Amino acid sequence: MSGANRIAGAGRLTPARTARFTFDGKSYEALEGDTVASALLANGVHLVGRSFKYHRPRGILSAGAEEPNALIDVERDAARKQPNVRATVQEVFDGATISSQNRWPSLAFDVGGINNLLSPFFAAGFYYKTFMWPKAAWEKFYEPRIRAAAGLGVAPTQADTDHYTNRFAHCDVLVVGAGVAGLSAALAAAETGARVILCDEQPEVGGALHYDKSVKIDGQDGFAWAQATAARLAAMDNVTVLTRTTAFGYYAQNFVVLAERVTEHLARPDRKLPRERMWQVRAKRVVLATGAIERHMVFANNDRPGVMLASAARTYLNHFGVAVGKKVGVYTANDSAYEAAFDLHRAGVRIAAIVDNRAKPGEGVLAEARSLGIEVLTGHSVIDTKGHRRVNSMTIARNGGGGKRTIAIDALIMSAGWTPSVHLFSQSRGKVAYNAETGQFLPGTYAQDCLSVGACNGTNGLQATVEEALAAGELMARATGSKAGGKVEIRAENAFEWTGGMAGAAEGAGANDNVKAFIDFQNDVCAKDIRLAVREGMHSIEHIKRFTTNGMATDQGKLSNIHGLAIAAETLGRDIPKVGLTTFRAPYTPVTYGTIINHSRGELFDPTRKTPMHAWEEAHGAVFEDVGQWKRAWYYPRAGETMHEAVSRECKTVRDVAGVFDASTLGKIEVVGPDAAEFLNLMYTNAWDTLKPGRCRYGIMLREDGYVYDDGVVGRIAEDRFHVTTTTGGAPRVMNHMEDYLQTEFPHLKVWLTSTTEQWAVIAVQGPKAREIIAPLVEGIDISNEAFPHMSVREGKICGVPTRLFRMSFTGETGFEVNVPADYGQAVWEAIWARAEPMGACAYGTETMHVLRAEKGYIIVGQDTDGTVTPFDAGVGWAVSKKKTDFVGIRGLKRPDLVAEGRKQLVGLKTKDPTVVLEEGAHIVADPNQPIPMKMLGHVTSSYWSSNCGHSIALALVAGGQARMGQTLYVPMPDRTIAVEVTDMVFIDKEGARLNG
Amino acid sequence: MLLIHCPYCEEERPELEFRGAGDAHILRPTNIADISDEEFEAFFFLRDNVKGLVYERWRHIHGCGRFFNAARDTVSDKFVTTYKAGLPRPDLSPAPKATETTVETYEATEGVAG
Ligand SMILES: [Zn+2]
Repeated sequence: MSGANRIAGAGRLTPARTARFTFDGKSYEALEGDTVASALLANGVHLVGRSFKYHRPRGILSAGAEEPNALIDVERDAARKQPNVRATVQEVFDGATISSQNRWPSLAFDVGGINNLLSPFFAAGFYYKTFMWPKAAWEKFYEPRIRAAAGLGVAPTQADTDHYTNRFAHCDVLVVGAGVAGLSAALAAAETGARVILCDEQPEVGGALHYDKSVKIDGQDGFAWAQATAARLAAMDNVTVLTRTTAFGYYAQNFVVLAERVTEHLARPDRKLPRERMWQVRAKRVVLATGAIERHMVFANNDRPGVMLASAARTYLNHFGVAVGKKVGVYTANDSAYEAAFDLHRAGVRIAAIVDNRAKPGEGVLAEARSLGIEVLTGHSVIDTKGHRRVNSMTIARNGGGGKRTIAIDALIMSAGWTPSVHLFSQSRGKVAYNAETGQFLPGTYAQDCLSVGACNGTNGLQATVEEALAAGELMARATGSKAGGKVEIRAENAFEWTGGMAGAAEGAGANDNVKAFIDFQNDVCAKDIRLAVREGMHSIEHIKRFTTNGMATDQGKLSNIHGLAIAAETLGRDIPKVGLTTFRAPYTPVTYGTIINHSRGELFDPTRKTPMHAWEEAHGAVFEDVGQWKRAWYYPRAGETMHEAVSRECKTVRDVAGVFDASTLGKIEVVGPDAAEFLNLMYTNAWDTLKPGRCRYGIMLREDGYVYDDGVVGRIAEDRFHVTTTTGGAPRVMNHMEDYLQTEFPHLKVWLTSTTEQWAVIAVQGPKAREIIAPLVEGIDISNEAFPHMSVREGKICGVPTRLFRMSFTGETGFEVNVPADYGQAVWEAIWARAEPMGACAYGTETMHVLRAEKGYIIVGQDTDGTVTPFDAGVGWAVSKKKTDFVGIRGLKRPDLVAEGRKQLVGLKTKDPTVVLEEGAHIVADPNQPIPMKMLGHVTSSYWSSNCGHSIALALVAGGQARMGQTLYVPMPDRTIAVEVTDMVFIDKEGARLNG
Repeated sequence: MLLIHCPYCEEERPELEFRGAGDAHILRPTNIADISDEEFEAFFFLRDNVKGLVYERWRHIHGCGRFFNAARDTVSDKFVTTYKAGLPRPDLSPAPKATETTVETYEATEGVAG
């Protein structure tokens, strides 16, 4: 017998099939199919955790997903370790290592329990009020201590080695919940031929049939019927049955997201299987059959281990074969707890008494209790309990006074009635309506194509539930056009219809502020805290929730919300619906990050873009940098070289000999059509109709507000064809920007846009020997300086491959950019390299490219501009046409602020000490001795060591910069102040002789 | 994830294929270079933050690539209709009010609490 509290013949587990696990280092035996909770209870372990704020000993409260107390850590190995798992949900597997949480140094002796004695100081709003002053104490004193003392579980320190997956699914009818209602609805829908998905969070279908043994369906035991029905559904081609699958989010247009736990219950899962699978389901119709959750009674010390929900005790007995105690007290305001008492009684457990808060219980259950000889005390309350690590007595009293007596018990089961699970309905943006008769919030106005059936719809009675579900299943399926099949009929009966239920504090909760009558176990919120919140002026339930933290723990108040609301309403003297319900949010139960991100991790987190020459660059020792999604060769260090040395060498080599650079990542857009020039006239500040085919021009693109958006060289290939280049990072947004104007503002223009970024490999060959390097490889193009001057483009061949050859330069040297179809990129590169290398040229990377262009004062949009810079600010005002009557940004440029004096303008900076390299982003001031905060004139946008100049160079945005030439300004740094001289932006070859060579 | 009907593809496709593009029916003045500061302010900067029906632009960027217009309710997040760029703003009479008495959440009346 695995566990002393296992009752022979009770439950549905097989006694011979055992599994061993450890809890806090101690080994226990369980049966296959046990949850950690049922296995611990079988072994007499009730104390499983400590509460969050007061560190009070806590036990197992429920048998399901609503569990607030029994949070555990489940470990397979150091990397596969999950905190905050509900012991009531986690299935035991052989070899599982389970630990309790939120206790130090041990579960039985917890130092943090001192908080319980200090609890008067931990009243509602404690965090807000106590830590307001002094502010510094929060960071230095309170927060580290609170974080050390509190905390739910410990995150693993290693990367998760499990994998997770995702599936998109479509269906006609999604049925959430596979209890009697869900199974009936799914069956009725499936018989019409509709595509049905049925999901349930538990390992087995059946819902309430797990505990309600009195149910007979079509003459069969209810639980057996449920399994047979699920098997019948699963065998149908049009049905998918998913167990261990929680529908956790209900989004717009019947988009419901499910988390399926695939291997969580297996001792040695096949590593090929995903641990969890996310299902993103788009359903034409949804049937919600999510049932109801039993509420606890609110009374003093209702949180001791051994105090639990009546339905939970019944589940442990009838499904797991475990008795939760030997002498069990019952405290209820609802008939359902009676049936739990009857089942325990019949299994040989002594029922100490049924204490019923009501004067009039249901007649049926009362009569049955009497005939079984169970003492029933109506109109009584439990006003206190005793027992440190497990409840050992309950004190009861007659409502209104008198009859006080203490009864020895070892477990106390309770029920305050049932809360319909309207979470998903509410997430679907449906509005709940309050039913004053039953005291329940029920689905009111639907926002989406869904229906609620059974307990979550407030439907009472088993046959009524079945009929409602069958009707809804068929109705929803027919609505999707499914025509097959006939009517499904199911006959169901059970022992008793349940009456009763209460919300809020029972008599024993008392008005005394020292009484701890818990409503939210996980966040340690008591009835008195809600009252205090109201006294402190919180009148909205959303404010009360945040002030007390009621319902804000990982269980999201599945047990506590209605109690909190009822107490707030009573204290405020308002009706419950006037106080309102807080909003339900996804996820219904916690979902692992692994499930949500599933495949989007590691290499699959974001695409990596590589140029056609990437393999060559890798083979030649390039160090890469990430530029957006691109991997770009950054620099090519030789053996023993630092980055600084490599970049200095590359910079000098390009200007002394030549360099070869991979510019393939440049954005490229082919602009084609009879109106192409007119379109570019509108998109760029420059004039394009005057550009002759075969020539190029540097273009500036603005936003409508007049600020620089992108730049690049555009070549006119033919009258009706332009080869547009954009910045590497700007390619997609420039394409979108152009499409936007073409489609919506200038749709009359006959232009076609095609992104060609990845179609062309681009090899820049720059430097005095550039022409000599490529000359023998080029066919059909005269590349002499006279025939092919700077800023020209020709079509021809290189190495036998078609090319668009550009004469252009981003280095200030004689330069060519060889565009070839991407597939030929590496071959042409290698051919060029074979000529370049013997001449002493180098391959250079993006860092050298940056330095060389800065030596020439060429800006980089996005580095030297920041979205608030005009072309005039950036020193490229010459590119703005004065003749055109329209282009995007023409009006923005005239805005008063954009033409005002003293705007920040791009200038060059030289440090007085030529060896000092400024920090990019560093601020610039006129007077370094002024008091802090200083008046900032601007900031450094680009800064490098220039081996060609023999001194550092920098570009900076400086207020009124162009009028400050020659001035000395200062860059204050934490350890020193750096004096700089304002210069123009061109540091090398001011007359441009090298460019045109 | 919303389903959005592309008026060019004539299909409902998942939101992931689309990108929002701001308010619809704001015409770029054909004489933009000559408009006053006030006119430019109204054209470029001023936008309403409507609770209820908005007319906005979307692009089926990972589909046909077309820009189109949509009428969407910012309270329910529902697309009332979508239509091709260049078509006039459709006349949409206000949605019928719910008659059933329901519990207003705090958010519905006061906005999202922190
Ligand atoms: Zn489309």
